[in-house]
Amino acid sequence: MPVQRPDNFEQRHIGPDERQLPGMLRVIGVPSLDALVDAAIPGAIRLKRPLQLPPAEAEHDYLHRLRTVAARNQGFKSFIGMGYYGTITPSVILRNLFENPSWYTPYTPYQAEIAQGRLEALLNFQTMVRDLTAMDIATASLLDEATAAAEAMTLLHRVQPRQPSGSRDTFWVSENVFPQTLEVLRGRAEPLGITIQVGSPSAPQFGPEVYAAFVQSPDDHGAILNLRGFISTAHRANLLVAVATDLLSLTLIAPPGEMDADVVIGSAQRFGVPMGYGGPHAAFLATRERFVRQAPGRIIGVSVDAHGNLAYRMTLQTREQHIRREKATSNICTAQALLANIAGMYAVYHGPDGLASIASRVHELAGRLEHHLVGLGYRQANAAYFDTLLVEIPGGLGATTDRVRAAAERARMNFRYFPDGRIGIALDETTSAQDVGNIARVLAEAAAKRPPDSTIAASGPIPGEMARRTPFLAHPVFSAHRSETKMMRYLKALERKDVGLDQSMIPLGSCTMKLNAASEMIPVTWPEFSEAHPFAPVEQMQGYAQIIRELEEALAEITGFAAVSLQPNSGAQGELTGLIVIHAYHRSRGDVQRDVVLIPSSAHGTNPASAVMAGLKVVVVATDSHGNVDVGDLKAKAAQYRERLAALMVTYPSTHGVFEDAIQEICKVVHQAGGQVYMDGANMNAQVGLTSPAAIGADVCHLNLHKTFAIPHGGGGPGMGPIGVASHLAAFLPGHPVVRVGGPQAIHSVSAAPWGSASILLISYGYIRMLGAEGMTNATRYAILNANYIKRRLEAHYDVLYTRRNGTVAHEMIFDLRKFKPAGIDELDIAKRLMDYGFHAPTVSFPVAGTLMIEPTESESQEELDRFCDAMIAIRQEIQAVVDGKADPRDNVLKNAPHTAAAIAADDWPHPYSRNQAAFPLPYVKAGKFWPPVGRIDNAYGDRHLICTCPDTAEYAEAEP
Amino acid sequence: MYPSDRRYTKDHEWVALSGSRGRVGITDYAQNQLGDVVFVELPEVGRTVTQGQSCGTIESVKAVSELYCPVSGKVVEVNGAVTLKPEVVNTDPHGTWLIVVELSNLKEVDNLLTSDQYADLVK
Repeated sequence: MPVQRPDNFEQRHIGPDERQLPGMLRVIGVPSLDALVDAAIPGAIRLKRPLQLPPAEAEHDYLHRLRTVAARNQGFKSFIGMGYYGTITPSVILRNLFENPSWYTPYTPYQAEIAQGRLEALLNFQTMVRDLTAMDIATASLLDEATAAAEAMTLLHRVQPRQPSGSRDTFWVSENVFPQTLEVLRGRAEPLGITIQVGSPSAPQFGPEVYAAFVQSPDDHGAILNLRGFISTAHRANLLVAVATDLLSLTLIAPPGEMDADVVIGSAQRFGVPMGYGGPHAAFLATRERFVRQAPGRIIGVSVDAHGNLAYRMTLQTREQHIRREKATSNICTAQALLANIAGMYAVYHGPDGLASIASRVHELAGRLEHHLVGLGYRQANAAYFDTLLVEIPGGLGATTDRVRAAAERARMNFRYFPDGRIGIALDETTSAQDVGNIARVLAEAAAKRPPDSTIAASGPIPGEMARRTPFLAHPVFSAHRSETKMMRYLKALERKDVGLDQSMIPLGSCTMKLNAASEMIPVTWPEFSEAHPFAPVEQMQGYAQIIRELEEALAEITGFAAVSLQPNSGAQGELTGLIVIHAYHRSRGDVQRDVVLIPSSAHGTNPASAVMAGLKVVVVATDSHGNVDVGDLKAKAAQYRERLAALMVTYPSTHGVFEDAIQEICKVVHQAGGQVYMDGANMNAQVGLTSPAAIGADVCHLNLHKTFAIPHGGGGPGMGPIGVASHLAAFLPGHPVVRVGGPQAIHSVSAAPWGSASILLISYGYIRMLGAEGMTNATRYAILNANYIKRRLEAHYDVLYTRRNGTVAHEMIFDLRKFKPAGIDELDIAKRLMDYGFHAPTVSFPVAGTLMIEPTESESQEELDRFCDAMIAIRQEIQAVVDGKADPRDNVLKNAPHTAAAIAADDWPHPYSRNQAAFPLPYVKAGKFWPPVGRIDNAYGDRHLICTCPDTAEYAEAEP
Repeated sequence: MYPSDRRYTKDHEWVALSGSRGRVGITDYAQNQLGDVVFVELPEVGRTVTQGQSCGTIESVKAVSELYCPVSGKVVEVNGAVTLKPEVVNTDPHGTWLIVVELSNLKEVDNLLTSDQYADLVK
């Protein structure tokens, strides 16, 4: 008989323990957990058999086994480049930020008062990008360099100078951009009716149909271009210019902003973020202030709080999908906050001179290598370069590309091999002088020559007209934290301003803030996984290959689908991918006219935004009085658009937190009209093991691995949004121009890397392997238990908006607060007051304005659920005092929330309630009080006075709003 | 509440005529629904506008609203002060005009609501 380890991960992952279960069931009023689950989920869609997955592994056993998987990734030194470079994550940042739950567990900083730490860090990132590119403003990160290029393409399309002849629709792209960038551009351009025209940047031909041009420097070969002539030629032709660049090179090279570029994009990966076999990394986008309202995604800005103090927040949110839906500037929601913060802190730690030294050293080593290889008889073809050499093999040398490759692989090195036989060698921060000597020896061996003398120092200077002459990173933050002690304290000081899962439950409906277990996280930074280049030969990466294969199989089993693509980097990107796959399927059957997508009015804002990016027309389906899809309206619209129906996008269980009974009928109606069903997987946490997208009748779904499958939210990313598809759609799964992935009729890539942010797939893989089928199914059951427990405890105090007919909710529920509006209390007052109780607010005003949506997840214990319910009930009494006229309608604990320590301790206390009532409203708050660092933030002030870079804090010390 | 010297649309804009020119703004009800207005995007002078068609946007912190032109014609003046200080739309909605339109068809005004009709609409 095998001896089991006493420790099992399921018990660690799920909050309530077995002793608490009977009491919780009594509160809910059901005899058993099975009875509750049977009541919450329609019987017709329940799975008929348990999930078939490998048995659960204990944490220690999992980590032990994963070491052997990791060892199957051969750690060849990468000199491939192509947008992915070796980098040194400073240990102080690795330990205190990257591997620190205070930084990786928080949510996107919508509740700005308790997110000041990461908002400041993101502002550092924006300032760094702004300075290095010499543009006006930068956004708070995008998913990767290739999608940032696509966002630049659409941004410039919107702001193109108007011509009497109307809109121009051709985007001119340099032939020397990275192949993965060009591929993603093609995929994103096609549905929007934008034509990609590829040309040479040395002699560009711009026809009258071209609205903007896109060029890269340092380019795909590593050559630095002097862009002044190119940009002024383009501007004279009345078109706009986007430039892809490398942030580190901009410490030495004149930045695109000084050459009048309109948008600058790229990746901040090499600022301390490991390659991770493709990601996650933060891409950046910088532009001119006049285009800021057309910029995609989050932008952090400066405002003031109720006391007139400096405070940070996300600014200009009306551009984004959660407000503007199908008219949004992009579908992007999840970005790469954690990675942007690492990159920003890398710049803070090294400072301007440190970054320039790192860049100069890389450049010098590249010069030394050039000297060696020219000495050996090779040619170096880049006239000017930063860190990447383009090596040509002259006829008489005796070497061949194959011989170089064989010698390099014997020495455990990867170069880039162009189809024409040329070789790219990209150096980086991790390259040593010894590495340069080793490369030279490989090249010597391939040419059957003696290795060169390795003591020679040489460097090809950056031509004077291309050199940077302007300062950057002059803000004091980039010089104030240069010792490890200072950096550690800065990171800790920032983290203490934020509420993450390390502080308390984050009951965000739709966001699924479950445990991100340490054993799931730890392997992400193992060098075998983190230092892998995404374009390394697959045969060297058999550890990753195994994880990718097993994860795809597990996700296929969980969704009931035939095939999975791990490429999309976010839920929204999964939506876009799924819709393009559906479109490709229709087209393959000659149904080119199918361009209408039906979307319920309660859908997440990314749904309509993604549909528009997929070139589809959005038709909204009504919701009935129970919050369900109005089947009558659906039938009418399916009939009306019978010839044009491409798809229905539906969230299940619904965005209202209910398992709709009619879901199978809904899917049938769509199928009968010739459409496909896209299931938004945001609420998959309520399905795993009990029902599935296939069981309800869907054809495609995305999975937010950062919700259901334990990837942390990172304070606003990373995420992953793989899609699963039924067998008839598998042929269309996205491909990749460098690595073979996807179906035989693959759509264009949707991400720069073949498997998206591959390194964090490990987290979901660990979740699945350590919980196993039974553990994951129990996680789902406990998520439903915890939600119904909160519902029962709070329903006497707040109105639950929607339930099933039998009164159950799924894994989340909406509380309607609109009846307090006449008393002057709204959902924001409650959200801010919860901060005084030590809690992050639930989801505010989604999917219904004037409500809060609560999702506890399975990971919270009964004690924490009770604390949260006690806080909500106490707040209800505070509201009642205002309603009854016992508290001042304006000067009360709700309107003045959150209360800062400074306000509570001030000599002047002008309020009609006590300090104790303000700061310590319940006994539990006293133990480990979280003090909100700022008071209520003035949103309008921030939007009216746009500042998106680190402010001069001295100015704000005296500023009054 | 709603001045009788002007006409209103169901989309909550007003137009005050003087001769063949009309000053256009948004109503108190509209600004109240939007909340703190932070940005106003207006058409350029010379642009032709059509009754009932969007000719700009009004943004608050949490919402975006189209500005539907109450009358057709040509934009002859744009209130630059509002774009610099959009909060005046909140503080004085009926005293703050956004654009002036030279009407191409004075009869269109008959399609619009009187102040009493509008007050009923938003009651």
